Amino acid sequence: MSAVSHRPPPRRQQRDVLPWLVAPALLIFVGFAVIPLFGVFALSFTTWDGIGAIHPSGLTSWRAVLTHPGLPHALWVTFLVMAVSWAFQTPASILIGVFLAGDQRYRAVLGVVYFVPLMLSSAAIAIAYKALLNPNFGLGAGLGIDLLSQDWLGRPGLAFGVVVFVVSWQFVPFHSLIYQGGVQQIPKSLYEAAQLDGAGRVRQFFSITLPQLKYTIITSSTLMVVGSLTFFDLIFILTEGGPGDATRVLALDMYKRGFQASLMGPASVIAVILVLVGLALALLLRRLGGRDAGASQLEGV
Amino acid sequence: MTTTLPGQRRPQKSAPRERRPVSSRPRRRRNWFGGLAGWLWLVVVAVPLYWSFITSFKEQSNYYASNPLVPSGDPTLDNYRLVIESDFLSYFLNSVVVTVGAVVPAVVVSFMAAYAIVRGWRMRFLRAVNGLFLMGLAIPLQATVIPIYLIIIKMHLYDNLLALILPSIAFAIPLSVLVLANFIRDVPKELFDSMRVDGATEWTTLWRLAAPLTRPAIVTVSIFNALTIWNGFLLPLILTQSPERRTLPLALWTFQGQYGVNVPAVLAAVVLTTLPVLILYVFGRRQLLSGLTAGFSR
Repeated sequence: MSAVSHRPPPRRQQRDVLPWLVAPALLIFVGFAVIPLFGVFALSFTTWDGIGAIHPSGLTSWRAVLTHPGLPHALWVTFLVMAVSWAFQTPASILIGVFLAGDQRYRAVLGVVYFVPLMLSSAAIAIAYKALLNPNFGLGAGLGIDLLSQDWLGRPGLAFGVVVFVVSWQFVPFHSLIYQGGVQQIPKSLYEAAQLDGAGRVRQFFSITLPQLKYTIITSSTLMVVGSLTFFDLIFILTEGGPGDATRVLALDMYKRGFQASLMGPASVIAVILVLVGLALALLLRRLGGRDAGASQLEGV
Repeated sequence: MTTTLPGQRRPQKSAPRERRPVSSRPRRRRNWFGGLAGWLWLVVVAVPLYWSFITSFKEQSNYYASNPLVPSGDPTLDNYRLVIESDFLSYFLNSVVVTVGAVVPAVVVSFMAAYAIVRGWRMRFLRAVNGLFLMGLAIPLQATVIPIYLIIIKMHLYDNLLALILPSIAFAIPLSVLVLANFIRDVPKELFDSMRVDGATEWTTLWRLAAPLTRPAIVTVSIFNALTIWNGFLLPLILTQSPERRTLPLALWTFQGQYGVNVPAVLAAVVLTTLPVLILYVFGRRQLLSGLTAGFSR
């Protein structure tokens, strides 16, 4: 191998190696991601309790899920978590991102602390918040502030708010990082021109910063919206979908039907719906953004 | 911050950022709204972290009586002792095995694939594979867990750490290939050509040229994957059963079930499972953040 031959091997022979280099990744990706994706579709036409044999059962599972009132509810809760957390996270992330992109002295220090939540597991976050929000022994009770010592996870409306808040706690830092990067790419000359024209700071924000961030907003929103479909561990530990089924999102509904109620067929139907909703949302946002395929690297992580 | 290769070409959507000395920047007026949001968010982020940390050093009896935001005057390590005595170390080792066992192969196979895709872009097959990986970014793990569970049972790997490793590798591949391919594309073509003229095989070029030149990206992708897999909860939840196979997030959850009333002990467990990641964060922060921006930049 170390002997350098003076005649390079023919081009053709070289290139034939490349498909083999991609083979290991392809194999494992197909085996544990692509096949399961089709597999879940196939399983949605079967009956299986998770242990015994799998029996084909046609449309039984689909009929069971589609006529069950649980589905519209789970869809509605999923959509609501998505919409409310988007509506809260986006303005917050833009504000913080713009702030972090400025020259303020302390922003670097702030940045270090901001990203700590991203490092933590959803399990750790959910468990810490469960203790923190405990109406009897939590932070609010300890401080003696009645407003804070409510039964946060025991009432439907409050529990929903807590889920949205904790999700934002975890992900606003990530999105403000994206916005910080976006703001730093806006040419300074635009602001100088605006200043000469006498535009104030607020005017500059709405006429320059926001329009220039258009693609960043779409990127961040896509990640937020499609990502919100996959919240599972956080909600599972925080509320287990409760109280009642106030926070029972699709992913949780799938887990409960499949792995707790041993109804893998209907659970697979929910999983297929989850994929379809995610795909539809990614395509919709891409259409909204009017971006070409080459720029779509990030579609729906 | 990441690549400083000569001849680097990174497609930029927007106008190039102006480079000028800091001193000549126009003085910006204070950003009151952003500043307010920034400081407010600092409080929102820091208070739960601070509270969890100081509470984990309180005695259970003291915990109910004391001011929750004031650290204990007489900190105790009893909570940590309780957590460590409940097999924390074995859960920790399981997490290490799963994380290292998944990240190393994931990055190696992704790097090989990314290299092949960049170098063999003219081949329709490789472009199709690239497209498949890109679509893979949109496949949610949650939606595939039932068939994964089935496959793992059929392979007789249920309740085995390998059951966690294999799907973790698969789901790490799309983003890894994407980021690594972006970086390999930045290696000047002339370098590849001169390697070829010297008679190097693709295999040699891959490890001797492309890998060293894209090392920052490899480190970044490794950190990012390690973080995701270390924090994974769903796969351990459905693919393992016995306490000896628990990884940290799952152990944390079961511990909370057992010691739910002993809040300081639960929080000590939270702090202990979080500590390794925070140490990693302190050392790899720049790499991680630059990697995030490289993977998600526009």
